[in-house]
Formats: sequence, structure tokens, C-alpha cells
Amino acid sequence: MAEPLLELRNLTTVFPMRRGAVNAVSGVNLRVQPGEILGIVGESGCGKSSVLLSILRLIRQPGHIAAGNIFFKGRDLRRLPQKKMRAIRGNEISMIFQDPLSTLNPVFPVGEQIREAMRLHGIANASPLPWPLAGRRSHEKQRVLDVMAEVGIPAPEARYRAYPHEFSGGMQQRALIAIALVCEPTLLLADEPTTALDVTIQAQIMEVMRRVNREHGAGIILVTHNLGLAAEFCDNIAVMYAGRIVERGPAQQVVDNPQHPYTRGLLACLPQISRQRSRIDPIPGEVPDLAGLPPGCAFIPRCSLARDACNSVDLRLRSLQANQYARCILYEDGVRYTVEEFS
Amino acid sequence: MRAIKILERILYAIPIILGVAVVVFVFVRLTPGDPVDIMMGQGGAISSGEIEQLRAEFHLDEPITNQLWYFLRDAARGDLGYSYILKQPVTVIIADRLPATIELAAGALFLALLIAFPIGIISAVRQNSILDRLSMSFAFLGISMPGFWLGIVLILIFAVALRWLPVQGRLDPQITLQQITGFYVVDSIITANGPALWSSIRHLLLPSITLGAAVAAIVARVLRSSMLEVLRSDYVQLARAKGASESLVVVKHALRNALIPTVTVVGLQVGVLLGGNMIIETVFGWPGLGRLVVDAIFNRDFPLIQGAVMVYALTYILANLVVDVLYTYLNPRIAL
Ligand SMILES: Nc1ncnc2c1ncn2[C@@H]1O[C@H](COP(=O)(O)OP(=O)(O)OP(=O)(O)O)[C@@H](O)[C@H]1O
Ligand code: SF4
Ligand SMILES: [Mg+2]
Repeated sequence: MAEPLLELRNLTTVFPMRRGAVNAVSGVNLRVQPGEILGIVGESGCGKSSVLLSILRLIRQPGHIAAGNIFFKGRDLRRLPQKKMRAIRGNEISMIFQDPLSTLNPVFPVGEQIREAMRLHGIANASPLPWPLAGRRSHEKQRVLDVMAEVGIPAPEARYRAYPHEFSGGMQQRALIAIALVCEPTLLLADEPTTALDVTIQAQIMEVMRRVNREHGAGIILVTHNLGLAAEFCDNIAVMYAGRIVERGPAQQVVDNPQHPYTRGLLACLPQISRQRSRIDPIPGEVPDLAGLPPGCAFIPRCSLARDACNSVDLRLRSLQANQYARCILYEDGVRYTVEEFS
Repeated sequence: MRAIKILERILYAIPIILGVAVVVFVFVRLTPGDPVDIMMGQGGAISSGEIEQLRAEFHLDEPITNQLWYFLRDAARGDLGYSYILKQPVTVIIADRLPATIELAAGALFLALLIAFPIGIISAVRQNSILDRLSMSFAFLGISMPGFWLGIVLILIFAVALRWLPVQGRLDPQITLQQITGFYVVDSIITANGPALWSSIRHLLLPSITLGAAVAAIVARVLRSSMLEVLRSDYVQLARAKGASESLVVVKHALRNALIPTVTVVGLQVGVLLGGNMIIETVFGWPGLGRLVVDAIFNRDFPLIQGAVMVYALTYILANLVVDVLYTYLNPRIAL
């Protein structure tokens, strides 16, 4: 197999809090191949955003990456000096943040904010003509306008000087995507890029992302709590619960044949199209506090299949069928399944 | 567009100024003490006929409503009346004293911002560091210390003990300066008068520090807390995710937003700097409006009190207008 674009090994991210250490990400192993779309699915607070922010090393103090490796194109980002890390951020790896309104800087025009991403990485110098002929500024601006058009912002010329509050939610989200795309990254981290939007705009945004994936060959990690969206859009899906990956596999396979009780619960939450008034059944119970989780399966309080053994075992992701893995006592007999390992 | 809005705001200020005028007029006359008695006390033996003559001259024998009407009518023409004591037009007296007060306020503001900005920013970026704790303790001191006390301490140290800086006044007596604007620093520069510039800056230093200390403390605290809030925001995180260096994140993305609440506070402090310097002007023998007003109050010099308070109100309104205009430049979400 080709060298993966991104490989997380045993990634562990901790927020030391007064009430105890919050293990937002514990021992996550993941791989993204070039051009692959990987979905990370899970309820609120399970650590999805923390995985993405860890990749960029933007976990806020006092939070930090406590263990693991982040291999990007073969280099471990965890060991990279700050300066090299900055050269990667927004350039080779860029991120679309969760909440578009609070993520755009309110005091700068949107066009300038897109342009800044380019400037920080000296992309402007990519003009085919030497500076006095091409006019560096106009070339730079043209690229911004092109990207704005590409992500579906109508009349980019007129909107270049507009401020974030003058944009609708959908347009703000597109502007964020434009910022992420302007340097043509090879890995795009998309944190719930459509959650705040209504369904038609959601479809348009996903279309933009798909085009970026197809035309630029960018690998994408799509974070969402919507398993249906992930199934439709992604090649592979990783289901997260309480900072851990509990199931992973090819998207269709995971949705058609979910193995982990939590994944099954998530699927049951999807609105049934057949029913006239679709009712969403949430999984009963609440996401546990990630500070001071007891050993054993974190899903016990909400799992109908829970048994005593779930408490004690150091559960691992076990290989089930063709590339599908789950972390659950049901698959711990160790006979049919091998312990999952990387390379 | 903006010019029209600014004009609109100036028009809105007129009823406010009118209200201030009436309130001041009434309150000045409610305070006990008769101006003629006080004038008389200074003049020695005066006959009762002369007293009546004085009363008539200043319309003090007429009903208060009439007096108010004369005052407003004259003020509208730019005539604030005659000072009872100084026997000069109030406008002339104020024009003579106001530049000193403004120059002191400007010096204090300049020094305050010069100190507050680096402290506020660095304290936020290095939250809970020794530097942060130390400067916030100083800020607390700066707010709670009485101004005159700080002034006296500074005089004792830098003027009396070390003899580095002058004790009183605006300029060395042996230096001559041609007055154009009344701002000594400006006038020395216009007339290319090096010694006067040096001397006036040296005279400004201690009173500016004294007056500006509390302002510096307040601004540093506000800037620090707004920087802390802004540094937690998502857009700062986005700037980092774009590949911006930490210094660019702080100076461009964070500070630019943190300025918005800070400017409001600075604007309020301008009023304090202009109006709250009576004691400091007295301590440093600074010939400004503040001292003049104190004297006028003791002497029941009604026209002078009224005029000075009107000028305070005007400058305060003007300062607020400047802040509001600045605000629209800083915050694109707000229209004037
Ligand atoms: N800056 C932070 N400080 C303290 N705790 C944090 C911080 N960021 C995340 N956490 C904690 O880490 C855990 C995972 O949070 P994270 O934001 O990664 O979840 P998420 O899956 O993205 O949730 P959501 O769907 O709500 O965005 C949560 O328990 C959260 O409280
Ligand atoms: S390990 Fe036990 S509690 Fe956890 S999901 Fe499996 S059956 Fe349920
Ligand atoms: Mg999140």
C-alpha cells in the first residue's frame, strides 16, 4: 500500500482540568490515504474536534498531546519545530472550523482574510510573470476571487470587501472553505462544515468539498455527528465514543452492517425516511464525563448488552470482516479475530 | 455619509449642552453664600448703595428666571459674561487657561497609553506569569492611590531629593516663549525654540505621570481582559490554523478586536483627565482650568463657574464624539 497521507498512532490528548484530567482523545489510531475521505462520527463531546486540532497542534493550553505520533507524509508533526509547523498549517493541511460566524474575524473584510492565508505562505509569488509585469497584488487578488467563485460565493468582486456580519451563514461557511482551499492543501480537516446550515445549502457545500477531493486530490477528514451524511460522502468511517474509536471500516459496510452497539445506536437515531413523521430516537443516557473515566468500556451505562466483563477488560479494536474493526467485549473471544495493528 | 452622521451627532449634542447649562445655573445659585458679600469682603468698606449698584450690574436683583434667560441668550452668542472677581470676560479667562489643562491631559493620556498598552498586551499573552501578577498589582495600586498623594511623593523624590525635574509651573521663568496656541510644547516646536521645548516637557512630566497613573492602570486592566477574551476566540484559532505566527496573531488579529472595548474606556477617561485634575493642578502649580474653577467656587463667581462647567461639558461631549467616530472605524458591525 502507498504511504498514507496521514497516520495517527496512539494519539492521546489531555486537558488537565480542576475536576481531573479530561482525556479528549485516548489512543486513537487512524490512517488517511491520499485522496481518501475519512469520516469521524460521534456525539457531541466525544473528542472529534480535539483529534483535528491535535493534528494541527492547535490544542489550547493547558491541553496538550500527551502521547502518540502524527505522521504526515512520513514526518512526525509532533516533533516538528514551530516554524515548520506554521509552514504546514493552512498550506498543506488546512481546517474548516465548526462555527463559521465566530471563526471569521469580525473586523477584517472577508476577501482580505482569504488573501491572508495565501500571503502567509508566499503563494502570491506563483505568478507566471515577474512582479513588475504581472502586478503581484492583482494576481493575488485574482486568485482570491477565483477561489470565492469556486466555493460558490456569487459576485465575489462585490463581496471581497464585505465584512463577515454582512454574509449569511451559508456564505460565511463558504468563506471559511475558501480560506481553507486557497493554498490547495493536500489534507483538509472539515469540522462539521454543514451543521449550522439548512439542507439545500448543506448539499451545495458538500458538493464543493467533493469537487475539491476529485479535482485537487485532497484527502479529507470529515467530522460530523450525522452518520447518514458520513455514509453518503466518505470512503471510510471511524466512530468515536468518549475519546476512543469504537468502530472503523469502509463507510457502506459500517452503515449496512454495524458491529458496535454504539454504532447501532447511532444508526437507530437516523430519521427513518419511510415513516411519515420521522422521530429521532436518541441513545438513552448521556455522554460520560471524560474526566476520570473508569477502565473498561465507556459505553456501559448506555449499552443494553453490557455485562460484568465489560468493566474489566482492556478492550482493543478487533478486526472483524474486510477492514472492519470494533472495540467491544462481543468481539473479544480472540479466536476469529486478530488484534488490529498498523503496518 | 459619515460627515452627515457626524453633523447629526453634533446637532444632538445641543439639547444636552442646553440641559447642562440650566442645571449648572440652578445648582450654582442653590449653594449658600452671596457673591456680593464675598466681593465686599475683599473690597473693604463699601456702602450699601454700592452693593445695590453691584447687584444691579450683575442682574442679581432680578428674578432667577430672568437671570437664566440673560445667561442663555448671551451664551448663545458666545458671551459667557464677566467674572465677578477677575473683572474680565469669562471666555477670555477660559481661553487663557484651557490650553494648559488640555496639554496636561494630553501628556497624561500619552504616557498612560504608552505604559498601558505593552503591559495590557503582555499580561494577557503571558497570563498568570510573574510579569502579569506584578503589573496587575501595580495597576491595582494605580487605581486606589489618591492622585495628590502620588504627586507629592513624586515631587519629593524627583524634584526635591534628586533635583531631576522642576517642582512647579509650565516653564522655567528665565526662558521666554512666544505664545501662539497656548500649548507650550506645540509653540516651542512652531517657533523652533529648543530650550523651551525641553523645559516644557520636563515640567509636564511629573504632573502627567500623576494624572495618568490611574488611567494607565484602568486601561491596562481593560486591555488585558479584552485581550484574554479575544485570545480565546475562534478567529484567533483560525489565524493560527492559517499559519500565522504568534506575534501576528496577537498584534493583528487579537489586538485589533481588543481595541474596541478599550477605546470606549479610554474615551471615558478623557473626561476624567480633563475634569478631574483640580487637585493635581494645585499640587503642581499648574495654571489650568481646574485651579481656576476651585477658586471660582470659593468666591461664588457664578459666571466663571458656569462658563468652566460648560467648557467641561463641551470637551466631554467632543471626546465622546471622537470615540464614537473612532469606534465605527474599529468595529465594522457598528454604524455611527
Ligand atoms: N479547550 C478545552 N478545554 C477544556 N476541555 C476541552 C477543551 N476542548 C475540548 N475539551 C473537552 O474535550 C472533550 C472533547 O471535546 P471536543 O470538542 O473534541 O468534542 P467534539 O466531538 O468535537 O464535540 P462537538 O460535537 O460538541 O463539537 C470534551 O469533553 C470537552 O469538554
Ligand atoms: S463492551 Fe460491553 S458495554 Fe461496551 S459496547 Fe460492548 S457490550 Fe456494550
Ligand atoms: Mg467539535
